[in-house]
Amino acid sequence: MLITVSENGWYCAQADVYIDPWKPVPRALITHGHSDHARPGHQYYLCHVDTKPVLKARLGPEIVCETVQYNESKYINGVQFSFHPAGHVLGSAQIRIEYKGEIWVITGDYKLLPDGFTPLFEPVKCHHFITESTFALPIYKFKAPTLIFDELVQWWQHNQSQNLNTVVLCYSLGKAQAILHHLRDHPNNIYLHGAVANLNDAFSENGYHFVGERISSDTNKESMKGALILAPPSAFGTPWMRKFGDYEVAMCSGWMQLRGQRRRLGVEKGFVYSDHCDFSSLNEAVQLSQAENVYVTHGYETQYVQWLREQYHLNAQVMKTQHDNAEQEDE
Amino acid sequence: MNAFAQLFEALDETTKTNTKVQLMLEYFRSAHDEDKMFAIAILTGNKPKRPFSTTLLREWAAEYAGIPLWLFEESYFVAGDLGETIALVVDRNVDMGNEEDQPLSAVFSLIIALQKMEAAEQQQAIYKEWSRLTGTSLFLFNKMLTGSLRVGVSKKLVIKALAQYLEQDEGAITHRMMGKWNPFSTQFNEMFSASEAAIAHHTPYPFYLAYPLDQSFDDLGHIQDWVLEKKLDGIRGQIIFRNNELFIWSRGEDLLTDKFPEFNILQQYLPNGTVIDGEIIPWKDGQPLPFSVMQTRIGRKNVTPKFLKEAPLVMVCYDLLEFEGKDMRTEPLSVRRAQLIELLANPALQDVLLLSEEMVFPTWEDAKAFKNTARHYNSEGLMLKKRNSIYETGRKRGGWWKWKTDPLSIDAVMIYAQSGHGRRANLFTDYTFAVWDGDVLVPFAKAYSGLTDKEIDQLDRWIKQHTIEKFGPVRSVQAVQVFEIGFEGINKSTRHKLGVALRFPRILRWRQDKTAQDANTKADLLEMLVLYGS
Ligand SMILES: [Zn+2]
Repeated sequence: MLITVSENGWYCAQADVYIDPWKPVPRALITHGHSDHARPGHQYYLCHVDTKPVLKARLGPEIVCETVQYNESKYINGVQFSFHPAGHVLGSAQIRIEYKGEIWVITGDYKLLPDGFTPLFEPVKCHHFITESTFALPIYKFKAPTLIFDELVQWWQHNQSQNLNTVVLCYSLGKAQAILHHLRDHPNNIYLHGAVANLNDAFSENGYHFVGERISSDTNKESMKGALILAPPSAFGTPWMRKFGDYEVAMCSGWMQLRGQRRRLGVEKGFVYSDHCDFSSLNEAVQLSQAENVYVTHGYETQYVQWLREQYHLNAQVMKTQHDNAEQEDE
Repeated sequence: MNAFAQLFEALDETTKTNTKVQLMLEYFRSAHDEDKMFAIAILTGNKPKRPFSTTLLREWAAEYAGIPLWLFEESYFVAGDLGETIALVVDRNVDMGNEEDQPLSAVFSLIIALQKMEAAEQQQAIYKEWSRLTGTSLFLFNKMLTGSLRVGVSKKLVIKALAQYLEQDEGAITHRMMGKWNPFSTQFNEMFSASEAAIAHHTPYPFYLAYPLDQSFDDLGHIQDWVLEKKLDGIRGQIIFRNNELFIWSRGEDLLTDKFPEFNILQQYLPNGTVIDGEIIPWKDGQPLPFSVMQTRIGRKNVTPKFLKEAPLVMVCYDLLEFEGKDMRTEPLSVRRAQLIELLANPALQDVLLLSEEMVFPTWEDAKAFKNTARHYNSEGLMLKKRNSIYETGRKRGGWWKWKTDPLSIDAVMIYAQSGHGRRANLFTDYTFAVWDGDVLVPFAKAYSGLTDKEIDQLDRWIKQHTIEKFGPVRSVQAVQVFEIGFEGINKSTRHKLGVALRFPRILRWRQDKTAQDANTKADLLEMLVLYGS
């Protein structure tokens, strides 16, 4: 097998490189900047150009990091590697690996629905397709993110009319930038948690600019009126939230599809907005890949494997990795 | 339906009761009168019967969604709610809104019409609804199909909103909404008309409910100012005789007249315009029978003569709410009670109507001593009612108190856990407890409530890390965690492994200070059965 799962992560023995390894290795290819995929401690990183600022901001400026553009090929000991848009977060890539006519695609995390900002997922044909299965049940059916963003703006305006602030919880990498891009026509009165602002600053070196003002220790939280505050889920319930006066909280996550989850979290509003695939997107991606062999990782892997075998008669199997399927606290 | 769906969403998104009342008020102000009746029916849990088995519905949902039944069941397991699972898998319109609106009555009509259709016809009708609804409307429709639609508001809040909307007194609204009414045949204006005459003659009065005594008896004043009665363990009920018709209502507002034929005789002897409040309880040889007898009785479809003989029911009467057609509720208890005693003096009534005996104690200390041993007298404690108290509406403090004996309790080990439903899906909230029989732990009770949200989260994490085996939704866990389980009574039971059944078991405390070895034993439970059981 060209790709195996070793105790360090996905491994290509022919090229002696790892993809998204969870233990420190000499050479790591990184699909995207989320912390369960981009771990510290590797001696060499290879990633898409827009992932590099994230790695430097999170892992330290001293890391050795080489970059590629989408669709650009790189040969390592005869193995051809190329990165293709995954639609997940800014800079996210599926990694295509070809050796002696055998083609593998490691999707990392990906999403098919356009969010109006993140480069669109590009299907890549292959023989072996590795996919995650976070939302691989038919109860997960996501609306177009742009429609969700419109609902979010409406809700913010409603809260403004009630003299309330609006706190929106979402990953600081990916969802935050997509939302802020959508809000570019409403640039006033938007505030950012440090985690979000740090990433936005990092992206600015690649020419990306986003609306919103960083909340620092000098920011007068008490004086905010009808503001929109963007923060990572980890900020919820912390003292940091206390000084915003009267506010309503929304969570942006695919998990919000289930009513019980939103109520359990104790937020007023749940926007069903994910940077992962829903059930039908996963099926579409599997079919577009034309792969005969599908390896299913983190999520509802047993159920999804059975579905792929029965429905599409594919050679599907469970592949155990150490990537998260939970709401990862990415700070 | 769309306006109601919006109201449902908004109610679901807030926990603040004032906001909930405000949202309902806004809805009542803008909705059509016809829709309002159906909305009130849904909000107060007065909903049509489920039209068919859910097995069929699951198969149809899977077929409609193009997925195998096992995948539907897996999804249901994760979502934890059948109506919600169906709504999610059959939704084909997530990116579009609901095409056309329809009145709530149309949805009710369809659900009722479905009850009379053949399966194939039902399927077709349901597929049609599924194909044109989305989001919350689709969810509401499926919750009605599964007969499980509940809205996060209490009846009290609905009444509050209605009272504000109609600018009427909350008590008056409560009275008008008592009993089962049919939204198809009830007009909004009629139901809430300010005229007394408009109230249907079968309508019960709202029950006055007592709070548990939470203050020292020193604050209650002279014991002579209070009527003390045994608190009995039956079914709170209201007997109504008006227009030569007899009605027996339970506190849960179920009409039980047909189930309790013992009381038919009252039609001959009660004067018209009589309403009595009391405890309906099986009674033999001058003694109440245990509640388990009552439970078997309620569970029966047909009451056989044998049963009537073995467990005849009486009402132990403690209040007179209406006499000679006059609403007595604003009279002081002393007046109502005197009138009640006079009424019950008729020997013809005495087979089925007993007077709730007044217990006389010289001091509060004496009353307390009785309360603590009340179980020996087939009672759960004492009721304290101020002699000059009026008959209030609903749960009110001050005039009446219940003073119960402490629950029985036992320390037990958790051995199984099961995930909850709805809000508690994916969280282990239902536990099975065991006591020692030699060196084996034998399960004897299940309990759901009693822990704080924080404790539930903590326990949930522990369960996930200490699972021994999984059987479907149930996990067996290591025998480590000890809980103090409280219960109201203990009875012999052939259906339970240990031969005892507990009444109202609940978690009193998580005993993190104890180890599994410290838990109680089968012998301890059997001893309690001898002392307090039946
Ligand atoms: Zn990711």
